[in-house]
Amino acid sequence: MNWGFLENVLSGVNKYSTVIGRVWLSILFIFRILVFVAAAEQVWKDEHKDFVCNTQQPGCENVCFDQFFPISQVRLWALQLIMVSTPSLLVALHVAYREHREQKYGRKLYEDKGRIDGGLLCTYLVSLVFKTAFEVGSLLAFYFLYNGFSVPRVLRCDAEPCPNTVDCYISKATEKKVFLYIMGCTSILCIVLNVIEMLYIISKQICKIAVVEQRVTRWGVILLLFRLH
Amino acid sequence: MSWGTLYAQLGGVNKHSTSLGKIWLSVFFIFRITILVLAAERVWGDEQSDFTCNTQQPGCKNVCYDHFFPVSHIRLWCLQLIFVSTPALMVAMHVAYRRRGAKRDLIARHGDKIKEEDLKNLKNKRLSITGPLWWTYTCSLFFRFIFEGGFMYALYFVYGGFHMPRLVKCEVWPCPNKVDCFISRPTEKTVFTYFMVGSSAICMALNVAELAFLIIKALIRCSKGRAERRRANGCLDSLSKDKALFQNQQNEILLSDLSRDKTV
Repeated sequence: MNWGFLENVLSGVNKYSTVIGRVWLSILFIFRILVFVAAAEQVWKDEHKDFVCNTQQPGCENVCFDQFFPISQVRLWALQLIMVSTPSLLVALHVAYREHREQKYGRKLYEDKGRIDGGLLCTYLVSLVFKTAFEVGSLLAFYFLYNGFSVPRVLRCDAEPCPNTVDCYISKATEKKVFLYIMGCTSILCIVLNVIEMLYIISKQICKIAVVEQRVTRWGVILLLFRLH
Repeated sequence: MSWGTLYAQLGGVNKHSTSLGKIWLSVFFIFRITILVLAAERVWGDEQSDFTCNTQQPGCKNVCYDHFFPVSHIRLWCLQLIFVSTPALMVAMHVAYRRRGAKRDLIARHGDKIKEEDLKNLKNKRLSITGPLWWTYTCSLFFRFIFEGGFMYALYFVYGGFHMPRLVKCEVWPCPNKVDCFISRPTEKTVFTYFMVGSSAICMALNVAELAFLIIKALIRCSKGRAERRRANGCLDSLSKDKALFQNQQNEILLSDLSRDKTV
């Protein structure tokens, strides 16, 4: 069970996405998951071992690390990636439900099972809303838990059992900051793509409805003229 | 999720690349990604644990390491390889878009009589780099070149060159005065740095060569097309001239007959 499993599951969703959805998926895989696995995980690998406090007091380092990192940044990042990928599965589930219905009634009920209309449109929009909500939620969690995206070199800790205030030093602070900024920027880019995709789908539907209404109005006028004659 | 997935994606683009593009891909995967994963990561694996400073002051080692290695070489190379591979995906997306259009046309033409082998042929057909695909391919080469150059410059700028010293002198707080810090495996790291920089330079040269090749091919294709068009227009002109002359002669004969009849 690893990121490859998630990738396999999400690749199936690719078929039923719009163009913007496919771009979003590529950005997720290459700029977020691959960067996370290939680089970021290594940066945070020894974060606890290399977290050093200027004290001989046993337990002080553990307590200070726990106080400043209630949940490690790299774990929060992994959670964010998982939560953000899973709403896409709602779309795959809905398409599978359509296939099941066709099998149950033994005839073709939908012109194209994967076309984004009707119920699938609602599911798609809901999945986009959830994706955006999770992204924004994770960014806010990062911001409030860690006081922004900065990683200081020194933290001052006065939790029990540390005597007075003690200096604690974080390892690879600059490198961690760089990767947090990469994570933040790709997150914001994905939020923008989600919003653009939502607007694109809604505007396409409005256009479709407008074309249908125009056609109905034209036929209505023709019938009326025919009756009058 | 690893470099294997990236290899699978880029391998698909390989079919539609030029020969130089295929060489670039081989150099990229064999001399860069494989070396990074199999060798360089081991060399830099213990970079912080074996970074030693001549002091007992807690925190001094952490702070000095962070001062001298703001971003590790390995991470910079990882990011460089990821950024450099992504323009090829633009080409993959364009090819997929063209294939989808061709499939739609095929279905529209044949309807239900479409054969499995027709679809298979469509999938395996190699698209020529002409028209909009040429522009996408050229743009991807240009971006690749920019990213390679950008990251090489970043490495040079951050570390003041490609050489890894054995000893660095650190006087960042909380280190008391100036402290000697020793980097682990400096010679091995220098060797690998030069190797990665060298393969990066080769890739940049291949990109430039491929760009020049595509531009020259496009210019030759343009001039051939123009010459053919000129030849076709020229033939048409002489044909229409002959036709006009013949028509004139016929008109003269008719007019002379008409005037003879009148006088009679």
